[in-house]
Amino acid sequence: MSEFRMPSLGADMDKATLVQWLVKPGDTVARGDLVAAVETDKGVFDIEIFESGTIEALKVGLDETVLVGTVLAIVRGAGEPAAAAVPEAPAAPAASPLPAATLPPPAPAIAPVPTTLQPRAKVTPAGRKRALELGVSLDKVSATGADGAVTLADVERAAAQARPGRTPGADMRSVIAASMSRSKREIPHYYLGTTVDMKPAIDWLAARNRERPITERLLLGVLLVKAVALALRDMPEFNGWWTEGAFRPSDRIHVGVAVSLRRGGLIAPALHDPGGMDLDTLMRAFNDLMARARGGHLRASEIADATITVTSLGERGVESIYPIIHPPQVAIVGFGSTVTRPWVAPEGAIEARPCVHASLAADHRVSDGHRGALFLAAIAGLLQQPEHL
Amino acid sequence: MTAAKATYRGALREALREALLADPRVFLMGEDVGRYGGSYAVSMGLLEEFGPERIRDTPLSESAFVGAGIGAALGGMRPIVEIMTVNFSLLALDQIVNTAAALRHMSGGQFHVPLVIRMATGAGRQLAAQHSHSLEAWYAHVPGLRVLAPATLQDARYMLPQALRREDPVLIFEHAQLYNMEGELTAEAAEIDIRSAAVRRPGRDLSLITYGGSLPKTLRAAEMLASEGIEAEVLDLRVLRPLDDRALAESVRRTRRAVVVDEGWRSGSLAAELMARIVELAFYELDAPPVRVCTQELPIPYPKHLEDAALPQAETIAAAARAIAKRHV
Repeated sequence: MSEFRMPSLGADMDKATLVQWLVKPGDTVARGDLVAAVETDKGVFDIEIFESGTIEALKVGLDETVLVGTVLAIVRGAGEPAAAAVPEAPAAPAASPLPAATLPPPAPAIAPVPTTLQPRAKVTPAGRKRALELGVSLDKVSATGADGAVTLADVERAAAQARPGRTPGADMRSVIAASMSRSKREIPHYYLGTTVDMKPAIDWLAARNRERPITERLLLGVLLVKAVALALRDMPEFNGWWTEGAFRPSDRIHVGVAVSLRRGGLIAPALHDPGGMDLDTLMRAFNDLMARARGGHLRASEIADATITVTSLGERGVESIYPIIHPPQVAIVGFGSTVTRPWVAPEGAIEARPCVHASLAADHRVSDGHRGALFLAAIAGLLQQPEHL
Repeated sequence: MTAAKATYRGALREALREALLADPRVFLMGEDVGRYGGSYAVSMGLLEEFGPERIRDTPLSESAFVGAGIGAALGGMRPIVEIMTVNFSLLALDQIVNTAAALRHMSGGQFHVPLVIRMATGAGRQLAAQHSHSLEAWYAHVPGLRVLAPATLQDARYMLPQALRREDPVLIFEHAQLYNMEGELTAEAAEIDIRSAAVRRPGRDLSLITYGGSLPKTLRAAEMLASEGIEAEVLDLRVLRPLDDRALAESVRRTRRAVVVDEGWRSGSLAAELMARIVELAFYELDAPPVRVCTQELPIPYPKHLEDAALPQAETIAAAARAIAKRHV
């Protein structure tokens, strides 16, 4: 018997609301199956299960907001005997949310006096007062406070969720605010930029796309993503995460692609291992990812896995981007619009050529400008030989 | 605003010099304050400048020279008595509590005791149990006394003239770990009172409430917490009696969470009094149980690692704060 817990979909996430169960008790599940949809500040995501077996019980009900690590369901492994009938009612709120590992209660200085009184739900004085003012029923509130107590913020959140018409965009704004503030507060950024001659890439792309139907045409964007992924293979100090005061390089390369959402806000889901895909496969993966990002159906792994981010404001007509690193990542590559500029060819002639300004913002705790310059140069070099991408 | 490089010790000395120059009734008296320059070198050079009438070395009898200070105050002088450390002040407890603090009341207001007593307090310098305790809470218990704990250069420099203006006894506790503190003396005398607590760092998530030698550690803890996204307000009590209830209540109402940091022992401590007041003044505003970081309940050990382990430290303060901090969900 094992517990399926609310996964973390990113460093800044600590809770989510269960909006849909895709399985019910008795269903057989296999590793990788989508079992539920959850809503975070960043949108609605389908979450996968990581083991195979039979769903024994669902522990969290619809629209319940729980912390990362809360048990969502009990899974019986293949071959395990069925448990004695387990009541399927969602766990009582008082028991649900606080994983002991994340918030150890302060050790009481004096042993509590044994009591025969009925235990009362823990609610802070401020939380109890506000619940009374707002008419919130305390048994409907998930607790996040010290000792598992319901806090003022918990009460206000419960009241806000009870009200119709809340705006997801506002939540996303606050997540972006927190993440970008943290980035600028903690990460010593350095910035490098270089102009890349895009004539070889654009000519090659045009020749290739001429032979294909519109649906199978490649976009310049996938060449850029692939060039970044390939260049990273020799540049481990730009690929990974800064956590707990140290850099953890990643042996996989997953490129987060910044997407601005029509309803407002920004998200950067990961393309898994773009360096290992041929361009057609990458193009399909890219289109699929963009569609799901805009429709709010990203997978958990796509939110949490990116090891670097690529951002492009090409369609918006800006030439240069000075991007901000998405923590805990340690680098972000920006590409501006393709613009036609005078270019001095190797023979000395001046020609009009399509150019892109490529920029790098990187974490100076991890890498230095010398390596950053080599990284950008490697990206530019790869784009000169698009046939090898 | 003037900004000059200074030390805590130097600021105390400047305050003494200024007082001695300004008022012929002021004199300094205590063990080793003259020829030796003070056990913590605060009065270094004052004997040469002001002479033995006004910088008086006393015999090793706290009861006698505090009593003499009370007599001088009753006689119209403005004595400043230095007791080497609060640990030795227990020998003068009778003079301070039964005489200095009580005379005004017992004489129906006829006799005031305008006496200032300075003493070092606190641990952290490997001076072992008989020189390292923080007993200021015992004095903060006594009506009739005003108890100050300067924790900044500004307060070290400008609390003394305020204390000398009072008609009743004032005790000034100088934490032994602060004497070497360096910085810039930025405030003007007019900005310093001896009534109110001061917010030393703003923050919305919780209040770290402290005083004296624990202030620098608490500010470091707040720094650590800030790097984790927890914004702690740091309240420096400054005046341990009477406590600034208003500042205490306002801080806790703002943040709804309180960590009291006190180098005294937990049981029957100033920290205990602060916890009680937080609950009395702001019970319905609290969003987490108030917690305390105090010194371990034992005589302060001599070995450095044990002394460090016994005292509140930035890390233990930050850990206590994390346990009750507001989680931004």
